[in-house]
Amino acid sequence: MAYPKTYRYTKDHEWIDVKGDVATIGITDHAQHELGDVVFVELPKPGAKIEAGKSFGTVESVKAVSEIYAPASGEVTEANGDLHNTPEKINSDPHGAAWLIKVRLANAAAVSSLMDAAAYEAYIAEKGKETSA
Amino acid sequence: MRYLPKSPAERQEMLAAIGAKSIDELFSSIPERFRLREALKIPGPYSETEVIQYFKDRAAENSVGYTSFLGAGVYNHLRSVVTDAIIQRGEFLTSYTPYQAEISQGTLQAIFEFQTLMSQLTGQEVANASMYDGSTAMTEAVLMAERLTSRQRVLVARSVHPEYRDVLKTYAKNSGLHVEEIPFATNGTVDLQKLKGALKDDVAAVVVQSPNFFGVIESYAPLAEAAHASGAMFVVAITEGVTLGLLRPPSEADIVAMEGQSFGLAPSYGGPFAGVIASRDKYVRQMPGRLAGQTTDSEGRRGFVLTLATREQHIRREKATSNICTNQALCALAATVHLTLLGKEGLREMAEQNLSKAHFALSELLKIPGVKRTFDAPFFNEFTIELPRSVKIVNSQLMHEKIVGPFALGTPYPELTKRALVCVTETTTRAEIERFAGALKGALEQPV
Repeated sequence: MAYPKTYRYTKDHEWIDVKGDVATIGITDHAQHELGDVVFVELPKPGAKIEAGKSFGTVESVKAVSEIYAPASGEVTEANGDLHNTPEKINSDPHGAAWLIKVRLANAAAVSSLMDAAAYEAYIAEKGKETSA
Repeated sequence: MRYLPKSPAERQEMLAAIGAKSIDELFSSIPERFRLREALKIPGPYSETEVIQYFKDRAAENSVGYTSFLGAGVYNHLRSVVTDAIIQRGEFLTSYTPYQAEISQGTLQAIFEFQTLMSQLTGQEVANASMYDGSTAMTEAVLMAERLTSRQRVLVARSVHPEYRDVLKTYAKNSGLHVEEIPFATNGTVDLQKLKGALKDDVAAVVVQSPNFFGVIESYAPLAEAAHASGAMFVVAITEGVTLGLLRPPSEADIVAMEGQSFGLAPSYGGPFAGVIASRDKYVRQMPGRLAGQTTDSEGRRGFVLTLATREQHIRREKATSNICTNQALCALAATVHLTLLGKEGLREMAEQNLSKAHFALSELLKIPGVKRTFDAPFFNEFTIELPRSVKIVNSQLMHEKIVGPFALGTPYPELTKRALVCVTETTTRAEIERFAGALKGALEQPV
């Protein structure tokens, strides 16, 4: 699955798509692949504050429960309610329909320090080499 | 699993494999001053005959011929030898946590049946595979409410078992939870007006017990309504499970925490017991501990597995839902066997006997001059009376007549000095109740 060029990416495998001062956040295709079948997702309520680098929710697969870390700081404006009944969308469309939350950013400029698509693809390729070695 | 010690030859073999010359060399990193250089101070070794004699002597120290009117969270109920025979089967008695479904179907099915029975009894949708006991179950229920509401204030009825409240306070001490007590009204039930006054939109849970520590039956609906109006969760603790044979289950509760001791577990020295936690399906991911689930195997046959284990501490470490992951599988099995033997009708009949014998006992005790009933709300198998003198002094006199007297409420409740909590179950005979009434009358007539 291609990594959208307009998104930014974290080392913890989240993506962030900034439009003005509102950003959409999700987990990457690589992350969903590593997790396996997702069975549940726990997200913050609108109004909750999230902080860059801190956990804001969990994704539960048949193998494990993993934390989701915020790529940037801000206030949650919307959580993707569809995922409550159809968490498997995270496996099928992680970069689109299975977005997790929308956030009003505290500092939109800070996002530009995150990896772009090319840098993230290089990062996971490098990680893959480490694992196979 | 066998528990056999290793032979000296096997020890040498293991030492050789890791490259150590002796046990001393293996432990060389432990400072000398911490190492035990003398033999353990234990008697023996004993021959088989001596061991049997030793235990016969200890068994002979058990008191016989006593009648107990002490309840207060632990209840003396009839038990069948069938329960013990089943739980003592090696497959159950020595089995480890059933992580491997392919070798644990019997244990997993028993846990699944336990969960089914507990959710039916408590009027909830889902119950877990058991907790340590009622007090930890109640505390875990509060922690669950804290996670679900993201609030940290907890209102606990003062009529909840004092030891359960102590366990909760211990947990709360360093966790940021604020525990406040709600007083009881003159009839012994939770003071609804005081509860409403304390409720704000920062309360995670309202915790009540029914029948409460004074034996009084609470009415759930107004309490649940008040809690829910403030967005708080309604947690019900139950110490005497047999009530559920007769009383309506607490279906208004968001979480039920119960002590399972009344279901086939002997009072012993206060344990081991089995805690129960039951709740709604929608809260299952915040439920502590493990659950057994029913599924189908690759050939379509019915089977059982542990589920939601990804949230337990052996996988999630410090981020686990709860740090009490050990359950009381064998005690839960005893409860399952006991309830299956009793059946719906049997449990109801047992409950009815508790109710009628306790009411008979109260009427007998009220005939004694100076004895008064303290709370006038309905009760099940425990009730509170006021004596004209210290309960502890009276109890020491009753003990001479082989009667274990009622619980002295003045210790945990200074405001209830001279009040005694009397427990009567189906095991108490009419003759024993009359003997108790006579002995109490005699004790009260003695000069102080």
